[in-house]
Amino acid sequence: MKILVVGCGKIGMSIISSLVKEGHDVVVIDGSRTVIEEVGNIYDVMCVCGNGADCETLDEAGVASAELVVSVTGSDEFNMLSCFIAARMGAKNTIARIRNPEYNDKSLGFMRQQLELSVSINPEWMAAKELFNILRLPAAANIESFSRGNLEMVEIPLKQQNSPLDGMSLIELRRKYNAKFLICAVQRGAECYIPDGNFVLKSGDKIGLTASQSELQKLLKMLGLVKKQAKSVIILGASRISYYLAKRLIAGGASVKIIDKDPKRCKAFAGELPEAVVICGDGAEQELLLEEGIDSVDAFVALTGIDELNILISIFAQAQNVPKVIAKVNRGELAGMAKNLGLDTILSPQKIVTDVLSRYARALHNSLGSNVETLYTLMDGNVEALEFSVSPEFKGLKTPLKELSLKKGILVAGIIRGRRAMIPSGDDVINAGDRVVVIASDRGMTDLSDILV
Amino acid sequence: MNRKMVFYLFGRILQVEALLLLLPALTSLVYGETRVLLTFLSVAGGSALFGTLVALLCRTKNKVIYAKEGFAIVALAWVGMSVVGALPFVISGDIPNYFDAFFEIVSGFTTTGASVLPNVERLSHGALFWRSFSHWVGGMGVLVFVMAIVRNMSDRSIHIMRAEMPGPIVGKLVPRASDTAKILYLIYIVLTVIQIIMLCAGGMPFFDSLIHSFGTAGTGGFGIKSNSIAGYSNYSQIVITVFMLIFGVNFNLYYLLLIRRFRSVLKSTELWAYLGMVAVSIVVITFNILPIYDNFNDSLRHASFQVSSIITTTGYTTTDFNVWPHLSKGILLLLMCLGGCAGSTAGGLKVSRAVILFKLILREIKKMLHPRAVTSVKFEGKAVEDGTLSSVATYFAVYAFCIFAAFLVICFEPFGFESNVTAVLTTFNNVGPGFATVGPMGGFGEYTAFSKIVFSFAMLFGRLEIFPMIIALSPSTWMKK
Repeated sequence: MKILVVGCGKIGMSIISSLVKEGHDVVVIDGSRTVIEEVGNIYDVMCVCGNGADCETLDEAGVASAELVVSVTGSDEFNMLSCFIAARMGAKNTIARIRNPEYNDKSLGFMRQQLELSVSINPEWMAAKELFNILRLPAAANIESFSRGNLEMVEIPLKQQNSPLDGMSLIELRRKYNAKFLICAVQRGAECYIPDGNFVLKSGDKIGLTASQSELQKLLKMLGLVKKQAKSVIILGASRISYYLAKRLIAGGASVKIIDKDPKRCKAFAGELPEAVVICGDGAEQELLLEEGIDSVDAFVALTGIDELNILISIFAQAQNVPKVIAKVNRGELAGMAKNLGLDTILSPQKIVTDVLSRYARALHNSLGSNVETLYTLMDGNVEALEFSVSPEFKGLKTPLKELSLKKGILVAGIIRGRRAMIPSGDDVINAGDRVVVIASDRGMTDLSDILV
Repeated sequence: MNRKMVFYLFGRILQVEALLLLLPALTSLVYGETRVLLTFLSVAGGSALFGTLVALLCRTKNKVIYAKEGFAIVALAWVGMSVVGALPFVISGDIPNYFDAFFEIVSGFTTTGASVLPNVERLSHGALFWRSFSHWVGGMGVLVFVMAIVRNMSDRSIHIMRAEMPGPIVGKLVPRASDTAKILYLIYIVLTVIQIIMLCAGGMPFFDSLIHSFGTAGTGGFGIKSNSIAGYSNYSQIVITVFMLIFGVNFNLYYLLLIRRFRSVLKSTELWAYLGMVAVSIVVITFNILPIYDNFNDSLRHASFQVSSIITTTGYTTTDFNVWPHLSKGILLLLMCLGGCAGSTAGGLKVSRAVILFKLILREIKKMLHPRAVTSVKFEGKAVEDGTLSSVATYFAVYAFCIFAAFLVICFEPFGFESNVTAVLTTFNNVGPGFATVGPMGGFGEYTAFSKIVFSFAMLFGRLEIFPMIIALSPSTWMKK
């Protein structure tokens, strides 16, 4: 499938990387010759240097035959314009990044319609949503929800030593804890497994499990993993993500403290969020953090624009025994290092965006009918969790799961029928109209039929 | 340096060469040359075996390659292919001396067409086919071929493409490098087939049309007659003239024609510069050589054939241009260095570089007149990057240095200044014939083995545009640090 990407910033680059891996024909447009050359050296894509909202440049990039145009430059207005022109020139679908909160209110629907945008993405808003989810359930390193929260998938890091689950096989675990859940992926070091019942857990593993929302709370309580919902949070850095997150937290009744160096931004935040305490000061100063009571808050979130700073201050916060510490890290390679340094929860806005885009591209690619509704990459990108809506054409309808011949590395982790989420056993069947959550160790599934041999 | 990946691809190249060697084997089978057939089969077998062994030993998960790996792979592949490709000539006894055979096959792969053989008519059909088929393979590039057929060779295979495809700026036609390679080869095959059909239609025997089409498509110049094309009909000569010119054009333009972007084709600076130079040269030479030939038609035919042959660095001839006046010879010498368009199968400096160099000179002059002038060099409607400008200028300097160096090394040869200079120019630019001893009716047979090696490397340097060879030959590329 031919996809045009306009703009090669941080988000643009990670989108390009993931689309190329998914096997699409990618054409990249950027105004900077050096950037475009760099992209051309690293990825197998076609590069066009020029203005992405200019007809001639778009024509050179072959916009008329493009299935999808993604515009992710730094400017919302530019993204809108380039998507609009691309759509008028024959691009079938367009996605624009629109970040400004002023556009992301009631006017968004109107604009999307007028500009013929298929989707608008707001990475900061999505990141804030994910952060909020994690703070709601601090035991998890990562939470993803399917079917509007009916079924949740959490990543939980086990303790490095003497975890209560050490040496327990999954069958024993199931027998011991009477709850409806399924462990669907285990990461041990760099390896990632899709386990069966005989798989034995070890300390230091990271497990991914699916359960419905209510069952999840019950299970975590039984496992002794429960940490209370974060009620007081310090946010470092007054960025767009901070704004969206603080707004949600305050609406949920939490107390929020925001620290930033820039007096102007602090002033603006204080105006927008009167309930929050806004501190103007250098977050890298430990004295300031201690003064603001970092040792007594429930959670600390580092959201400055500098990855290294976020990592280092998070390590300091962890040393002050803050129950939940989250660092935003944009660059993938730094995220890996941060995990080695002991930070288990890393927020990567790029990953959220690329997940959304991969899902969208696959849904476009699919002509068979059982579309990908949601897609998350889990366990540092080793595993994919996909939610499909089942079409009547699916070949495995009405067959008990144990009789379906599934491909290797595939697990059916949940079936959602109506509003009820089920953790499937071997006797359950998939019906048309269900939503099915599938865990896969290979990338690139576009249709539910792909799970069958 | 990802040495494993370099050698892995080297192994794959040898496997591909083994496949290619089956075609001359087939020819020998058709013509009942058992000895030659066995030779080709055994060399193919050996090449396949060795290539598989190397590929297996150097299999690696790390497929990341950077620019230097790209250069190294290309240089290594070309030298290796030539070393193996020379073997059938020696074993079958067609060219008993290995150095001669090496020169001959390098001349084939680099699409030069210079020969050490006094009369080619004595060669077996298998050997003749292999010689000309190597032109066809070398014209578009072996690694580009491998890229077209191997899936997911590497994410960064663009580096290999850049190293092998001639020209200052190598762009992709479509997002994926392997798809680009496929399109290029498809265009190449279709054009070649059309030429074969047209030559056959004019009464040329099938084997001869095959050979001459390979020679034209790769802009090589190996024939099967000592007097090259002179013995064929006027129709055949005209067909070959036209196709030589066609293969000297940037292949990207043919793709643009295919996707119906006629305007972009018509706006191509390089195309017009190329056609303009061809036209002017033909006109001047036609009138210059009019006294030698009986009538205007013959004179025009010879002039256009020779001009097309030399500017596209093919090297076929219909007449002995050694006897032409100095003006005509001077023009031919100039065209020899100029070469065809970038992105074609032709050798030489390339028209695009010449145009950019010319504009650079104008800019320098303008800068001297107006020291504060802010200027930019435009090519194909776009401003050329400073980086590209300096790399074009550097390329020209290195090109000149290499030619001087090669000339100094072989200047002990007793064939006179004209022969030696044109011998270096013609091999370095992958043309084929020069003047005097190495002229259309002569050859490289009388040069010493040492000079033949020098010429062989001159051809490889010229075909790969110098830098890949220099990088592959410098020890720091291969050292761990």
